[in-house]
Amino acid sequence: MSAVSIIVLVVLVILTLVQVMRISEISSEIQKGKDNDVSPKDNDTQGRLMLLVGFGFIISVVVMYIAWGRHSLPEPSSAHGAEIDSLWNLSMLIINIVFFIVQPILFYFAYKYRGKKGTKATYYEHNNRLELFWTMVPALALAVLIIWGLNVWSTLMMPENEEEPILVEVYAQQFNWTVRYSGGDNELGYATVHEIAGANIVGVDTQDPASADDIIAKELHLPVGKPIQFAFRSQDVIHSAYFPHFRAQMNCVPGSVTNFQFTPTITTAEIRQNKDVKAHVEEVNEIRKAKGEDVWDFNYVLLCNKICGAAHYNMQMDIVVETQDEFDAWLKEQKTVAETL
Amino acid sequence: MSTTTTTEKNNHFQDHLMEHHHEENFFTKYLFTMDHKMIGKQFLITGMFMGIIGVMMSMLFRLEIAYPEQSFPILEFFLGKWAPDGVMDPNIYLALVTIHGTIMVFFVLTAGLSGTFSNLLIPLQIGARDMASGFMNALSYWFFFTSSVVMVVSLFVESGPAAAGWTVYPPLSALPQAMPGSGAGMTLWLISMTLFIVSSLLGSLNYIVTVLNMRTKGMSMTRLPLTIWAFFVTAVLGVLSFPVLLSAALLLMFDRMLGTSFYLSDIFMGGEVLSYSGGSPVLYQHLFWFLGHPEVYIILLPALGISSEVIATNSRKPIFGYRAMVGSILAIAFLSFIVWGHHMFVTGMNPFLGSVFTFTTLLIAIPSAVKAFNYITTLWKGNIQFTPAMLFSIALVSTFVTGGLTGVILGDSALDINVHDTYFVVAHFHIVMGLSAIYGMFAGVYHWFPKMYGRMMNKSMGYAHFWLTFITAYGVFFPMHFLGMAGLPRRYYSNTAFPMFDNLADINVLITYFAIIGGAAQLIFIFNFFYSIWRGPKAKQNPWRGNSLEWTTPVEHIHGNWPGDVPVVYRWAYDYSKPGAEEDFVPQNVPLAEGEESGH
Repeated sequence: MSAVSIIVLVVLVILTLVQVMRISEISSEIQKGKDNDVSPKDNDTQGRLMLLVGFGFIISVVVMYIAWGRHSLPEPSSAHGAEIDSLWNLSMLIINIVFFIVQPILFYFAYKYRGKKGTKATYYEHNNRLELFWTMVPALALAVLIIWGLNVWSTLMMPENEEEPILVEVYAQQFNWTVRYSGGDNELGYATVHEIAGANIVGVDTQDPASADDIIAKELHLPVGKPIQFAFRSQDVIHSAYFPHFRAQMNCVPGSVTNFQFTPTITTAEIRQNKDVKAHVEEVNEIRKAKGEDVWDFNYVLLCNKICGAAHYNMQMDIVVETQDEFDAWLKEQKTVAETL
Repeated sequence: MSTTTTTEKNNHFQDHLMEHHHEENFFTKYLFTMDHKMIGKQFLITGMFMGIIGVMMSMLFRLEIAYPEQSFPILEFFLGKWAPDGVMDPNIYLALVTIHGTIMVFFVLTAGLSGTFSNLLIPLQIGARDMASGFMNALSYWFFFTSSVVMVVSLFVESGPAAAGWTVYPPLSALPQAMPGSGAGMTLWLISMTLFIVSSLLGSLNYIVTVLNMRTKGMSMTRLPLTIWAFFVTAVLGVLSFPVLLSAALLLMFDRMLGTSFYLSDIFMGGEVLSYSGGSPVLYQHLFWFLGHPEVYIILLPALGISSEVIATNSRKPIFGYRAMVGSILAIAFLSFIVWGHHMFVTGMNPFLGSVFTFTTLLIAIPSAVKAFNYITTLWKGNIQFTPAMLFSIALVSTFVTGGLTGVILGDSALDINVHDTYFVVAHFHIVMGLSAIYGMFAGVYHWFPKMYGRMMNKSMGYAHFWLTFITAYGVFFPMHFLGMAGLPRRYYSNTAFPMFDNLADINVLITYFAIIGGAAQLIFIFNFFYSIWRGPKAKQNPWRGNSLEWTTPVEHIHGNWPGDVPVVYRWAYDYSKPGAEEDFVPQNVPLAEGEESGH
């Protein structure tokens, strides 16, 4: 039924357009001598519209910042995250300054210099000093961003540790995550797809002595304030381990192991008290209540952020950041590879 | 100079050919033509057809994003078994996203934009009777046509079209077990792309040779209109980068069909270990993005060339800083080859490489900024004629600035980590590349429609089309920045699996409304286009009072473009409102008046 109504709608729209065309054709024939050329009146109207819509756009950008800016991720929960956010804020400041200068000028010029009868444009073909000026200014701004950016990048990728990081493997498959802790020896046992069988989902080689105390879990628990060295693996397609609250992301590539390191700084319990997070949770729960869905409490979450198949949109794992004692207690409850496999 | 003599010889040869002019039938005129103007129109119509498919797909998946997992009969109407009871299947969602991207990037904004206007304008604006090889040119179109047919056919295969994202990263795209879309649909995708690449190479080689060898007397490289510079550099980019995509596609085919392991290693799927070993999926990404990034400029440069021409003509002013504009085109083109790694910051590649790519990527902002400022200065103290083409060109400058600015964030590896593959990226590339390029394409169609069809498009419908498009397009893509900053990943069939995104649902609904209105607004354009082909008012020879040579050809198309001799060029293309001249434009074939300085 509705397919038919859609076809009818499309036909109606086309018919309307045809009629509109006819009217405009007839009316243009009545106003003889007026052809399809752009008239001074058109220039005036379109020039004014440029100013109106252009500034409308700029104002609506401000409105969007006010209305939706609060949706942005809460304060970073990792040590390096603060550095990323400072760099982010500086970059945003610079691009917003440029945006709010250049866009108004563009629309204002379009309006100001709209064609008028009897005026002539100014023949102005180049000005080397002016061009040099707007080559150098972006170059300087970018130099700052590049130098700072590279600095942050190298601290992210080549962190210097005061204490030895805890080694954790994040393992991806269509469409779920598994984690493996390295246990007391802080060394992950050798693993390969050839060992995958039954409960051994990550393919641990049980012959490797380092594997005996490894712990496999379905929830990622992290002790606060400890550097965590992640090793990422995938058994099938590329996945991407995305930890938005920790400002971290790394692809999981089948056939190789990738790495990333960060230090969680805020426990789950603490972040739930953060006022931005509280406001977020409240807002979400109001929406959920209206739809008759369960109440939600904030949890850190690991998302898959590389298209990996049908259920890509639902490949997730909860992350719990807790105190060292809580973490140790939780880890003790888990069974080791030696016990399970 | 030797070029001049070759040109003259060539023109003599073509003059000779014209004497043996014979009656044409429907097939030789419209189908198997070797005339560059007709081939340009063929590219345009095919590109528009593909564009309609691509945009309609986006309407469907926008509906799904706004109202996830809800039933819409329209979905069942279009998608059949992929939307049982009107609820879209996640697999077809991914397929729609994939084919939308493929069609828009390659079929509309590469072939439809560059193919149309390079073919139409290169001979006309440099003063040549046709392309260097008319046959190769026709071949280029027919490869493109075949490629389009294969791509459309792939939509109807049993297991569904390709669905691994437009970048089709293996192993997802390599293994039919990984998702339904990686079956026959993916094979057809690869065949289609291979044909497309052949088409692109044939076209590009032709453009390069024509621009270098067939310019009329007096048309030095520094007198070329910026459109030609843009098309020329685009063709060079295509010739250097598309073969790499060809090799990437061939190796992927080998992995799929012959059991090789270029991209595959250590894979456990469907309960067994597959026999691939030693390959690397990241190799594919390097090969893909070695084309993929220049591809962004293959799309964007022609649009920038078109807008340079349109803005100068309709501001009635010379383009500001011609040499800087050419220089920035060359700089952008050069840099575009050494930035591909910025798409791969989170693949685990060597951190040092990440630093290098951050550095080169952010450098691109400099020539881009020069271009933006030069456009704005061209408007300054102009006498702006607001044709629909001019409106779209000004909008292009706006989107180029808006989208370019967020590139400064995404190009910075340290910042990219947290917004990589989120809606922030979707916003960025749709605005800077999608909107800018499509605005350039619209500007080109409105501006050169009289040259293509000898008639004018309706101005009022052009205005209505522009304002609806401009407002709704920003309405669609600007809010996506905020979704990205909230951490929402792209290519999610539904955001309901994560309660943290529940409060973004309203924004998604708003975006979908804008998308549907904006999509519907394109009907105005399509109607205007086809109506004007047959019913538009007859065009004057030089309706916009332009300087470049295409406006010296007769309105009725003839083989060889000029009935008499090919015009000789005495000046650059931007002598608008030159002091001392009577009119506010001086065409390129007008000799310098006594005592007149060549200015440029």
